[in-house]
Amino acid sequence: MFHGHLNARMLRSALPALSLAVLLAAIFYTQPRAMSYFGLNLMLQYAVPIALATLAQMFVITVNDLDLSIGPFVGLVACIGATYLHDAPALGLFMLAGCIGLYALMGALIHLRNLPSIVVTLGMSFVWLGIAVLVLPTPGGKAPEYLKALMSLQVPLVPFPIVAAVVIALVVQAALMHSSYGVVLRGAGGNPKAVARAGWSMLRAKMIMFGLAGVFGVLSGLSLIGLTTSGDAHIADRYTLYSIAGAILGGAEFVGGRVSPVGAVLGALTLTLAGSFLIFLRVSPDWQIGAQGAILILVLALRALISRGEAR
Amino acid sequence: MTVGVVSFLRGQAWIWSFLATAAVWMATIIFTGGVGGGQILTAALSFAIFTVIVGIGQMFVITTGPGNVDLSIPATMALSGAVTTKLMDTQNELIALGVLVALGIGICVGVFNYLLIRLLRIPPIIATLSASFLVQSTAIAYGRGLRIKPPPALADFTTAQIAGVPVLALCGLAFTAIMGLVLARTMYGRSVLAVGQNMRAAWLAGINVERTRLMTYMLSAMLAGLSGLLLSGFSGGSSLNMGEEYLLASIAVVVIGGTSVAGGRANVPGIWGAALFLYLLVTMLNTFGASAGLRLILSGLIIITVITLAGGGERKR
Repeated sequence: MFHGHLNARMLRSALPALSLAVLLAAIFYTQPRAMSYFGLNLMLQYAVPIALATLAQMFVITVNDLDLSIGPFVGLVACIGATYLHDAPALGLFMLAGCIGLYALMGALIHLRNLPSIVVTLGMSFVWLGIAVLVLPTPGGKAPEYLKALMSLQVPLVPFPIVAAVVIALVVQAALMHSSYGVVLRGAGGNPKAVARAGWSMLRAKMIMFGLAGVFGVLSGLSLIGLTTSGDAHIADRYTLYSIAGAILGGAEFVGGRVSPVGAVLGALTLTLAGSFLIFLRVSPDWQIGAQGAILILVLALRALISRGEAR
Repeated sequence: MTVGVVSFLRGQAWIWSFLATAAVWMATIIFTGGVGGGQILTAALSFAIFTVIVGIGQMFVITTGPGNVDLSIPATMALSGAVTTKLMDTQNELIALGVLVALGIGICVGVFNYLLIRLLRIPPIIATLSASFLVQSTAIAYGRGLRIKPPPALADFTTAQIAGVPVLALCGLAFTAIMGLVLARTMYGRSVLAVGQNMRAAWLAGINVERTRLMTYMLSAMLAGLSGLLLSGFSGGSSLNMGEEYLLASIAVVVIGGTSVAGGRANVPGIWGAALFLYLLVTMLNTFGASAGLRLILSGLIIITVITLAGGGERKR
């Protein structure tokens, strides 16, 4: 299938962009009115928080772990953002910094005691949710004005979510893929023993990656309340699944530190648009989760096919 | 003699989960002033049995080696509960058919999980998670949120007690013993352990690695299906989110119970100790009057603490 001059490796890295293009074409075909500044803005509204959460997940995946607590964590940030950050900004910022610190400590614990990350993060998801419920027992609160202003920014020609996604993707791409310490961090997932023997601290690498996941989780939560203008402990429960699915769609592999920040953002956009597409197709909401699972399996199957071509 | 007993017990990883269970139970009883100790144990046995059933399936999966885990258990439970309660339609004669269908759903999900892992060459975490999206959606679309009562005989069986001991727990105990024998004495059980210790060595020794993995994912999903049926009988009907809490619980009981997360070493009695511990922990926090938020925080932290103390340590890769 892939003989001739097609390079399988290039094809694989183009897969996230291709899936997005196919989905966009399908959307414009079924609903031509979506092909406008306003239509795209509406469909991609929640792309920014989802893309940030997906990047958070990608950092964890880079070091061969999986974070099942990112959804409740984003929810906790939303609750802090809609209460303390609005009423007592200094205390709010301090709490958010504390959350990021806890994330880094979670990475340290997983590394030092060699624990399965899914168990530790699942346990922490209860902790995040518990704190969120204590901070904001019932949905409500107020998002700070500057967050609302930022998220409703009107950029000429190109909708804001697209601009934000491009900027975020490029910044992370440059830092993780094109800096020398970024190589070490990815190497910590690719070949931990070699990286450790070369004198780099694996503990530090894990803490930095989990800390970065915390930072992007905080950014995700803040951008989310900029859109919703209020908070709720359960506001982002689904983000755990979104972030994993987005990272996979974006070409992340679960062993070996093979990830792609640009791909992850594209994956998040694909996932966000898939929701709108299913609504355009009048697919019953019952099948929304299932359709996302099917898309995931389809993309993974395509990738397996390409890899088989690569091995030949 | 005593020294022998002590050193024997020290070698058994499951002892810690039972000690933790006893400590939590004592703390609760001291708080209530000795009231309700028996009822608490009865309730713990009634609820823990469902965690035990799915936990045993998860234990076999985790034992087949690093990276192996079944995240589709909650969705399978929901689907099995939704389909079987609708199928049995409160009629006692259809219970046997319901059990068969529950196991059949398990077989389908297990085979599907395995095929995803094998054909797409993706880590089991992702394969079972993707599969669970589809299974969960099927359950939502099929169940439509309807709550159908279980057949009376099933409800009676799942809630029956003999002198304060739930019948289901006794059956579960027998089942656990059987699974312990399967693991230690049968060709299949030995294969699971061998594959978990060193997949390549197991393959070179002539063990059919792929068949062992297929059977293990089928076993886990079948137990999840069975558990979904029993749980909907126990709680007066199925609900779509009834499996939710068993995602963490099934993995946590395996790790707390002393099974190695690196695979190749399983601990059957530990599953019981850990399942009872998890239930009694929540009971204790409730008795202490902790608020919902505090309860969540403490149960999360205590699970992580116990896992930190019990598991880990050795290199997993």
